[in-house]
Amino acid sequence: MSQRQIIQVFEQYQKSRFQFVQTVSDLALRPQNIEILQNAGVMSLLRCLMLDVVPSIQQTAALALGRLADHSDDLAEAVVKEGILPQLVQSLALKNRFYKKAAAFVLRSVAKHSPELSQEVVASGGVDALVLCLEEFDPGVKEAAAWALGYIARHNASLSQSVVDAGAVPLLVLCLLEPEIALKRIAASTLSDISKHTPELAQTVVDAGAIAHLAQMILNPDAKLKRQVFSALSQISKHSVSLAEMVIEADIFPAAVACLKDPDDYVRKNVTTLMREVVKHTPELSQVIVNCGGMATVIDYLGECRGNLRLPGIMMLGYVAAHSENLAMAVILSKGVPQLALCLSEEHEHHIKAAIAWSIGQIGHHTPEHAKAVASSDLLVKLLELYMDASSSEDLQAKSKKALKSILQKCTYLPGLEPLLYDVPSNILKYVVCQFSKVLPNDSKARRLFVTSGGLKKVQEIDAEPGSPLQEYINAINSCFPEEIVRYYSPGYSEVLLKRLENYQPA
Amino acid sequence: MAEQLKIKSEVEEFKKEYFYRNSQAEENRQRDYQAANRIQSWFRASKVRAYLSHLHKKAIIIQRIWRGFTARARFRQMVKAAYFIMKMNFYEAMAVRIQQRWRGFFVRKHIHNYYARKSYLEGLSKKNELVRMELAELEELQKRERHCVEMVKEQTAKVYQAHRLHHLLSTKQCPGVFNSPFRPAPHEMEILLRQVKYQAPTRLDPRGRACLMGMLGPTAPSFPGTLGSPWIKTTGTCCSSKPILPPISSKKQQGLFRKPGEVWEQRMLCPDLTLRLQTSYTHLEEAQNQLQHKYIRLPTGNIRNRKYAPPSEAQQQFLYSASLRQEL
Repeated sequence: MSQRQIIQVFEQYQKSRFQFVQTVSDLALRPQNIEILQNAGVMSLLRCLMLDVVPSIQQTAALALGRLADHSDDLAEAVVKEGILPQLVQSLALKNRFYKKAAAFVLRSVAKHSPELSQEVVASGGVDALVLCLEEFDPGVKEAAAWALGYIARHNASLSQSVVDAGAVPLLVLCLLEPEIALKRIAASTLSDISKHTPELAQTVVDAGAIAHLAQMILNPDAKLKRQVFSALSQISKHSVSLAEMVIEADIFPAAVACLKDPDDYVRKNVTTLMREVVKHTPELSQVIVNCGGMATVIDYLGECRGNLRLPGIMMLGYVAAHSENLAMAVILSKGVPQLALCLSEEHEHHIKAAIAWSIGQIGHHTPEHAKAVASSDLLVKLLELYMDASSSEDLQAKSKKALKSILQKCTYLPGLEPLLYDVPSNILKYVVCQFSKVLPNDSKARRLFVTSGGLKKVQEIDAEPGSPLQEYINAINSCFPEEIVRYYSPGYSEVLLKRLENYQPA
Repeated sequence: MAEQLKIKSEVEEFKKEYFYRNSQAEENRQRDYQAANRIQSWFRASKVRAYLSHLHKKAIIIQRIWRGFTARARFRQMVKAAYFIMKMNFYEAMAVRIQQRWRGFFVRKHIHNYYARKSYLEGLSKKNELVRMELAELEELQKRERHCVEMVKEQTAKVYQAHRLHHLLSTKQCPGVFNSPFRPAPHEMEILLRQVKYQAPTRLDPRGRACLMGMLGPTAPSFPGTLGSPWIKTTGTCCSSKPILPPISSKKQQGLFRKPGEVWEQRMLCPDLTLRLQTSYTHLEEAQNQLQHKYIRLPTGNIRNRKYAPPSEAQQQFLYSASLRQEL
């Protein structure tokens, strides 16, 4: 055979290998083919092809592997078991940028399934190799490396620590400065995943100067980037007061409020999450946010969104109101209470309702003014319903009971208290009657109203053990009224009168 | 003689008497002695008693006077103390009044300032209103922008379609699809078709993005090859298995002089000489070493300080060397 023919044989073989790898990687895009491919033993074949001479076949094989590992847990484990990882990690350092991208993709798809798999990736030296990739010039390679590091760091604190120990954080911060939007997104998301576990990790991220760069990207038009930036900032600020203060010092706030009108739902949710994390530490931080009009915008946001997206906003209102009565009054003035009432009637999930009950409790428990604002939106009745409803979860019942108790202890708004005299368990009833006994001795109009609305009648019908505080309150109430009226409304009075009639002899 | 005898008997009597008396005295000596003792002692005692009572009386007088003196002194002291205490109580009561007033004033003025709180809450509601209004405007503006962008996209799509469907233009003989004789006026597509000039499809030029707006120009409008991807995608796996081949063009002999168009293209559309390309030979290693050895710590604190920090030594050198090769 001539030289050309021999070479032709090799070229044919190469073409068929290339075609095979291409087809496999295209097939791997569809989930239904994966099972079949797995049963056909594609893993070992691809592993051999990754050692191929021709670079494009290597890259395509790596890409196919990555796509396969992406789809399911078992395939990712198979990748690990076949011992492909050390090979990948070695070649990450050597090959060209396309191969690096594909290899980083494989590492990422292996690491994303579970902490154990990520640990395997770390154990085979993947993190150091990926950090080396972060120093490359090609933005695609950096993005793939950053994405893989993000998935590794996402699972738990020790994996994040290993990522940080490899020196990834300064490089990620540099990636934030790159012009490519996708790279910025991924870098922001990785920083967010790193800093979410412990305060030390968040401090490391902050020390690398991430906050300033993240703050600069807030007004970027790209929605996904904004999502990640706000998520990163909220993960940083949630750990401690000093971190939250540092985030605030970056002058985000009046600008971030504008992002609450972004069309993208998750941007808004992440902004609200950031506000919540900042607000929960100290009253001064809450004051900063309230003063720049954040409260009003969050309340409007609550009106526009539904379901789980409301949760950070509700909790933010609760945290702000919890700090001091000034801030609680600010919440009331910004029309927070009607909005919360609306949310309570619209939402059905128990954990959201529990959060709303808690927030209402925080708002109403400071002074009679606050309690009046809460009571006048008929929220007391709703809280009572939530408490009494047998289908509410325990958490919801506990929170609504606590909120109800704390508001009732300050409530002097009698029209709001009246509906609570009917069908109420005795532990709540005693607070209600206690409040009546405090207000009625001093206010004559209230007494008149109490009588005409049937409240006095209801109070007489309550039977309490003598000597219990409930009985004392009832006595206190009864002493505010003339005897005849009390007797008139006491139960069974008509029988007493009739008996007297029977015994009466006209003279 | 009788007298002598008398005297003798008297002497005898006398001796007897004398003896008798002596013996009596001898007998009574003890008794007399004791009696005398007693009388003397009584007398001495009464003398002493008198003396003692005299002393007592005098002592009593002295003590009385002294006690009166000290008592009066103490009393005076007590009066002074009581007076002092009374005064102090008075002062303290007055001081308490002053402090009450002051504390009430201070607390009402500075700590629980009702008017400040009221004005704060009023200001807050105004600010809320303002913010709500501004945000509503902003939202409106953004909506309009997006709408605008969408409209532009739509229009470009339509013009692109018109380009591809150029052959559906109606001729004099035969009315086109969009120009049905039953319509009162031609369809907008027809009008577009008339306006757009047909050009042979050229290679996708990503820089033609810039002339998205110039769709109705008679000169070559450059289009994105496929409408879905005018923007360079870097997400996902970029390792596309279909490499873009260069266009098939007839190989011209490169003469001594190039065509003016080519030269113009080369000059104007040269890739941006970013700092990354114009680097020293060993810049990659240097940069890697820098990053690995120096832990980059930017000072925490106010962002304002950070923005205006002068470049570090290495950065300055680098910028200088870059500026030598290219005008920054």
